Amino acid sequence: MNHDAILSVDEVSIAFTGSNGAARTVVDRVSFELAPGRVLALVGESGSGKSVTAMSTLGLLPPDATVTGSIRLNGRELLGMDAARMREVRGGQIGTIFQEPMTAFNPVQQIGRQVGEAIRAHDAKIGRAAVRSRVDELLVSVGIREPQRVFRSYPHELSGGQLQRAMIAMAISCDPVALIADEPTTALDVTVQAGILDLLRELRDRLGTAVLLITHDMGVVADLADDVVVMQAGELVERADAQTLFTHPTAEYTKALLAAVPRLAALAISDPRPTDAAEPADTRGDAGTPTVDETPTAVLDNASVRYAGRGVGARGVLAVDEVSFGIRPREIFGLVGESGSGKSTIGRALVGLVPLSGGSATVAGVDLAHATRAARRETRKRIGYVFQDPASSLNPRFTIGQCIAEPLRLHTTQTPAERRARVGELLDAVELGSGLANRFQHELSGGQRQRVAIARAIALHPELLIADEPTSALDVSVQATVLQLLRDLQSSFGFACLFISHDLAVVHELVDTVAVMHDGRIVETGPAARVLRSPTDAYTQRLLAAAPVADPAGQRIRRDEWRALAA
Amino acid sequence: MTTTLEAGEVSGRKTGFRQVVVQLRHDRWAFTSAIVIAVFVLAAVFAPVLTLVTGQDPYTYHLSALNNSGAPAGFGGGISATHWFGVEPLTGRDLFSIVLYGARTSLGVGISATILSVAVGVLVGLTAGFFGGWYDRIVSRIIDVMFGFPSLVFMISLTAIVAATFPRPVLIVLVIGFFGWPAVARVVRGQTLSLRERNFVTASTAMGAGSWHVLIRQLLPNVSATIIVYATILIPSMIGVEAALSFLGVGVPPPTPSWGRSIGDAIAWVQTDPLYLVFPGGALFLITLAFNGLGDGLRDALDPRSRGKLS
Repeated sequence: MNHDAILSVDEVSIAFTGSNGAARTVVDRVSFELAPGRVLALVGESGSGKSVTAMSTLGLLPPDATVTGSIRLNGRELLGMDAARMREVRGGQIGTIFQEPMTAFNPVQQIGRQVGEAIRAHDAKIGRAAVRSRVDELLVSVGIREPQRVFRSYPHELSGGQLQRAMIAMAISCDPVALIADEPTTALDVTVQAGILDLLRELRDRLGTAVLLITHDMGVVADLADDVVVMQAGELVERADAQTLFTHPTAEYTKALLAAVPRLAALAISDPRPTDAAEPADTRGDAGTPTVDETPTAVLDNASVRYAGRGVGARGVLAVDEVSFGIRPREIFGLVGESGSGKSTIGRALVGLVPLSGGSATVAGVDLAHATRAARRETRKRIGYVFQDPASSLNPRFTIGQCIAEPLRLHTTQTPAERRARVGELLDAVELGSGLANRFQHELSGGQRQRVAIARAIALHPELLIADEPTSALDVSVQATVLQLLRDLQSSFGFACLFISHDLAVVHELVDTVAVMHDGRIVETGPAARVLRSPTDAYTQRLLAAAPVADPAGQRIRRDEWRALAA
Repeated sequence: MTTTLEAGEVSGRKTGFRQVVVQLRHDRWAFTSAIVIAVFVLAAVFAPVLTLVTGQDPYTYHLSALNNSGAPAGFGGGISATHWFGVEPLTGRDLFSIVLYGARTSLGVGISATILSVAVGVLVGLTAGFFGGWYDRIVSRIIDVMFGFPSLVFMISLTAIVAATFPRPVLIVLVIGFFGWPAVARVVRGQTLSLRERNFVTASTAMGAGSWHVLIRQLLPNVSATIIVYATILIPSMIGVEAALSFLGVGVPPPTPSWGRSIGDAIAWVQTDPLYLVFPGGALFLITLAFNGLGDGLRDALDPRSRGKLS
C-alpha cells in the first residue's frame, strides 16, 4: 500500500463485552492510512464507530473493549504497547483535539499552564522560561491575537473559538506527526468553525502533519479533507479521495448520505451595505407587512427581551432588541443566527414563556404580554412547540401515548377512548404507527422521539408551530426525513411555522421567508431564495460564506469569499 | 397525606405496578426484605391472635417464672412451651407477647411518622423547587434551621410539657414526623430544581398547562420513585427514633410494650439474661435491615429505564 504512511490502521476490529459476557462488535475490520501533509476524514453517522476507531489508535478505549488487528505508527505496532511507551506516543507523536473545548480544559487552571503541562509531560528537563516562551509561540502560531491575555485566562473567560485554538496549540506542542481531530468544530458557530478549519489546513501545509478528521458534517469534509473514509455501523463502506467521493460516490450508503445533506445555493455577494442601515422600519416593511387581505398569525412589534442580572443594579442582558416581523398563515418563517443571537428567546417570547421588556407579541390576535392568564393559556392551545432535544422534551415517566395526549387532556373534554383514538391518528400522521403508544421514550431512537414531539405539537391543530432547532440533535439522514415530515404536515394542515435554526442549508430547504439575527437584532429579512443567495447585509454575507457546503469545488469558492469578507 | 397517596397512585400506574412486583421478585435481596416486612406487619396486626396460641398477653405478671433474685428461671431467660421468648425479669411478663405488641407500637409510630414527614416534605419541597424566588429562599432557610436544631432535646422537653391527657402515641408521631420532613423536602426540592429546567416541563407550560398541572402530572411522577425509596429508608430511622425516645423513658407510656423501652430495660440485665436484649433488639435490627433492602430494590425497580427493552 502507501509506503509513506505515518499511521496505518490495518484490519482493526473493536468489540465491547457487555455485562452478560456477550461481545458486541462495533468496528469490523477497518483499514486506512494517514499520510503526512494530508487530511483523512473519517465520516459516519452516530454509532458508526468512527470515534471509537480514532480513540483505539491512542489506546484510550474503556477496559471492556477488545481491539484486534494492527495499528502501526511509523512502523511501530501500537496495539499491546506498554503503558509508558504509549504515553510518549499520546501527545508526543499523536496530538488530539476534542469536540467540546469548553469541557476539555480544566476549569481551575490558567490556559498557559495547561498548554505548558503538555510540553513538560514530554520533556521533564525543560526550564520554566523555555516553557513560557514555547507556549507564547504556540498560541501565536494558532492565530490567537492576544497570547499574553489568553495565557493568563481561565477557560470560562475565553470564547469557544479561542479555547479550541488553545486546544490545537496544546495538541501541536510536541510537534506530533499525526493529529486526531474528533469533531473539532461541532460545538462551534459556523463563523468560528471556518477559522478553525482554516487553521487546521494551514497546520497541515506548514508542519506537514497528518490529520485524522472525524466528523459527521459533509460540508467540513468538503472543506478540509484530502481523502475520505465512510463508515456505517462499524464497517468501512467507501474509501476515496475527496474529489471523487463527492462527484462519483460508488457505495449506496455514501450516495444516500450525500443526497440527505441539505444544500445551499451558490452565493452571489454584492457590495455590503453598512450593517447599521438595517433599521427596524426597513425590516418591518420587508416581511412584517403581509399581503393586504391576510392578517398575520403571529406578529412581533418592536419586541425586546431583557434577562435580569443578578444583584441590585444589574442591568441584565438584552437578548432581543426591538425585533419586528410577522408570520402569515401557511407560511414557513425561518429565523437563523448563531448561538446567543436571541433566536430561541423569540420562540419562547411568542408562547409567553419569557416576558417582553418592550414592544408586543401577538399570536392569533391575542397580545400575550398584556393578556390575562386565562387568555394566555387559551392562546397556547393554538401554538405547537417542538424543542431541540427530543429526549428531554418528553416526560421519561410517560408512555408515548400519554405524552401525545397531554394537550388533549389539557384543552379538550375528550374521553380516554377518544384520546386514544386521536393519539393513534397522530402517530399515523407522523409515520410511526399507533403500536408505539405504549412504549417509553427511552425505547425510541432520536428521530422517532422527534416525531412524537411533532405529533404532540400538532395534536390540537395549531395555527402556529414553533420548531426550535428540531433537527440539530439528529443524524443527517434522519434530519432529512424529519424535515420532509414537517413539510408534508405543513402542507396538509396548513399551519404557519416559525422555524428556528443555526443551519443555513436546512433553512434554505424548508422556509419561505427568512430573518437573520445577530446580537439580538434582525439584520436582514426577506424571501429565503433571495436572502440566502444574494445577501446584502455584511453579517449575513459573512455567515453564509462561512457555512461549508458538501462540494469541494463549491466550498473552495465559498472559502475564498469568506476570506475576502473576513479580511 | 393526599400528596403521598397521589405519589403512589401515579407512579404505580405510570410504571406498571405488576412489572415492579415482577422486577422485585427477581431481586433476591429485595424479595427477602419484602417477606420479612410482610411477616412483621402481619405479626403486628394479628398479635392478639398469635398470643392466644400460648394463652399469653403482655400485661399479666408471672412471678412464678422468676427465681429469688428476680431473674427468669430456667434456660435462656425462661424459654418454655408457654413463654417462647422467655419472660421479662422482675415481672415475668411474656416476652413473646411484648415483642409482638411492641411491633405494633414501633411499626405504627414509624409508618405514621413517615407518612407525615413525606407528605409535608413533598409538598414543601415540590413547591419550593418549582416556584423558587422568595418562597424558596424562606423555605430553604427554615430547612437549614431544622437540620441544625437539637431535635432530641426538643422532643424530650416537649413530651414533658404537653398535658398527660393528650394521647402519647399521637404526640410521638407528630413530634417525630415534624422533625423528619426537612430531609424529604430538601431531596425533593433538589430533584424538582433540576427537573424544572428540562424541556418537557417547558413543553407542558407552552401547551397551556397551569402550575398545578405541571406539579402533579409532570413533576410528581418523576420524583415519586425517589419519594418511595426515601420513605422506605425513612421508616426504620423513624422506628429508631421512637425506640430512642422509649429507651430514654419519654416514649409511649408503660405498660404499653415498646421495643425501645424493652431494649433500655434489658441493658441492665445483659449480664444475667442476655436473651432479654436479643429478642427486641433483633426485631429492631431485622426490620431496619429489611426496609433498607426493600428501598434499595425499589429504586431499581421503579426506574423505567432499568427494565430495558424487555417490556
